[in-house]
Amino acid sequence: MTLETTTLEELRAIAARYPEKRSGLLPMLHLVQSVEGRVTPEGIETCAEILEISPAEVSGVATFYTMYKRKPVGDYHVGVCTNTLCAVMGGDEIFAKLKDHLDVGNDETTEEAPGKKSITLEHLECNAACDYAPVMMVNWEFMDNQTPDSAVQVVDDLQAGKEVTSTRGPRICTWREAERVLAGFPDDRVDEGPAAGEASLLGLRIAEQRGWTAPGADASGETGTEPSTAEGAVEQADTARAETETKQQEAADE
Amino acid sequence: MSDVSTLTPVLTKDWGTDRSWTLPVYESRGGYASLKKALTMAQDDIIAAVKDSGLRGRGGAGFPTGMKWSFIPQDNPKPKYLVVNADESEPGTCKDTPLMMASPHVLVEGVIISSFAIRANTAFIYIRGEILHVIRRVQAAVAEAYAAGHLGKDIHGSGYDLDIVVHAGAGAYICGEETALLEGLEGRRGQPRLRPPFPAVAGLYASPTVINNVESIASVPSIIEHGPAWFSSMGTEKSKGYGIFSLSGHVTRPGQYEAPLGITLRELIDLSGGMREGHQLKFWTPGGSSTPLLTDEHLDLPLDFEGMAGAGTMLGTRAIQLFDETTCVVRAVLRWTEFYKHESCGKCTPCREGTWWLVQTLAAIERGEGSEADLDLLLDQCENILGRSFCALGDGATSPISSSIQYFRDEYVAHLTHGGCPLDPAASTVWGSSLTRSGA
Repeated sequence: MTLETTTLEELRAIAARYPEKRSGLLPMLHLVQSVEGRVTPEGIETCAEILEISPAEVSGVATFYTMYKRKPVGDYHVGVCTNTLCAVMGGDEIFAKLKDHLDVGNDETTEEAPGKKSITLEHLECNAACDYAPVMMVNWEFMDNQTPDSAVQVVDDLQAGKEVTSTRGPRICTWREAERVLAGFPDDRVDEGPAAGEASLLGLRIAEQRGWTAPGADASGETGTEPSTAEGAVEQADTARAETETKQQEAADE
Repeated sequence: MSDVSTLTPVLTKDWGTDRSWTLPVYESRGGYASLKKALTMAQDDIIAAVKDSGLRGRGGAGFPTGMKWSFIPQDNPKPKYLVVNADESEPGTCKDTPLMMASPHVLVEGVIISSFAIRANTAFIYIRGEILHVIRRVQAAVAEAYAAGHLGKDIHGSGYDLDIVVHAGAGAYICGEETALLEGLEGRRGQPRLRPPFPAVAGLYASPTVINNVESIASVPSIIEHGPAWFSSMGTEKSKGYGIFSLSGHVTRPGQYEAPLGITLRELIDLSGGMREGHQLKFWTPGGSSTPLLTDEHLDLPLDFEGMAGAGTMLGTRAIQLFDETTCVVRAVLRWTEFYKHESCGKCTPCREGTWWLVQTLAAIERGEGSEADLDLLLDQCENILGRSFCALGDGATSPISSSIQYFRDEYVAHLTHGGCPLDPAASTVWGSSLTRSGA
């Protein structure tokens, strides 16, 4: 199987978005996955050819980032956060339940069966939705505040081909369609779902109830409190590392 | 100061508005007025305003934003670049994600003003790939901004040109480190670069580059609109302005709370309805898992850069993860340590090998194997990583371990004497609260 002309054109179009074409590699690999269902040897060679780098350099990148898969991914990718906070709040139980229910291990795909969609299950690191813990992702869409039972319901619906909607977003597309959006080719789902989930709005709602606002335009505080030298700034900055490095730079400048 | 509002929604103020992510709604609420004002200002005056405001980087390190901009050598003939770090991945951190989903235009407007100030004609927004709907919203906002003439050639007749490229990452915590992020943006493995040279001198494509966090850049339009004195009227002496505080874990109502820097955890817990019923705070992170843990002794400290440094920790990203007495601190710390081991890029030995050894040692203790001397071994391993690794990932890996041994040494020892974890993990889950066993 060879990549079609339209795909080659799209890969070149991604590279052309950047001042230097190699910058296109990450989104190009997302596009390869959307077409091939994984990062294939052919996809690697095609990217290498377009970017005029070696296939080994492309492979080096494709194996570094966890979203790139060398084994075929199912129709849907289901990720369960098992970083500390979600794990403690119940993510470990959810992940164990799904492994058992789907009869797969981490980073494995359910077997093909007629009339049944396939699912690749993986445990995830923190996905930036901790106020909705325990969090599950389906094709990188948020499924907030899950329980073992709700997670089983989601995967059952996905396998049965029913429409599933993110708890804070759009109708779930397929994994390949999601990869195409990541490659920078938008679909038509941007206006689906709310602006924000309930947890995101809690502070705003309290402020509205109590009449709390940011100060008016006439508010005036002390200005010019910023340190005047880089050294002063790094002493304030939250990392001892910045200090060492700036001193090194100053020594090098002298 | 008593009449000052406890919460001060600025970045979050539109999040409850219908279709807040669209250009018409953003403009109807005053959006892009700051851009028009900025385009009439001298570029150095914009940098001066951001400096005067006292805005310090919101991505964790707290470096003054205006000063970072002023490091760009304007006599360098190479193109200048602005890169927005939207690779939000620090465990516990969940502020930039809802910001970009609900209000992508405030980020885009901030990017345009900031790029204009540093004389960049190309800007990049590097968003982690695992937040698909957020990427859709930012892609659409950039497209709308082009169509409205806020981006492209000769923006609003100013003669200033700017292009924004939205770039999706592909899963690598390390790319939150700014030089690793640049490697990812150049199509390479995301491994940090040796500094110097600093990105301000030789960053993206070896050209002068400013890298700022989403929230830092999104704060710029408000500073231009209301002025630096308005911004600095909020916050504390050296930690000016407002910030989003993200509460997660065992509180009644986890969520986002935007407040002046310097608010205390006690105030935030009160606003979120207290710890979940019948339970007490045991430990918390002030700004993600890389910031040393604190306990219920630290409820009244100001959550600002100085207050946290004074307690031996860091403000970080204000990612406040709260754990109650049902949570085993050893289990929590082991899981974070496994995360750092998984995310270590492998470039330097102390981090690549050290995080592996940390997991081995900690996992044995968690299983109840080993002896108390292993705690000293752990601390010794931490000492060999902290300050000796290539970037801050290695440093961060040691924070939960050394701080938890400082505050909870007895609990580590209890694993050894008990032959494993003395706590029931089911009790700490959302649905397990009612199952809490006697004595907990």
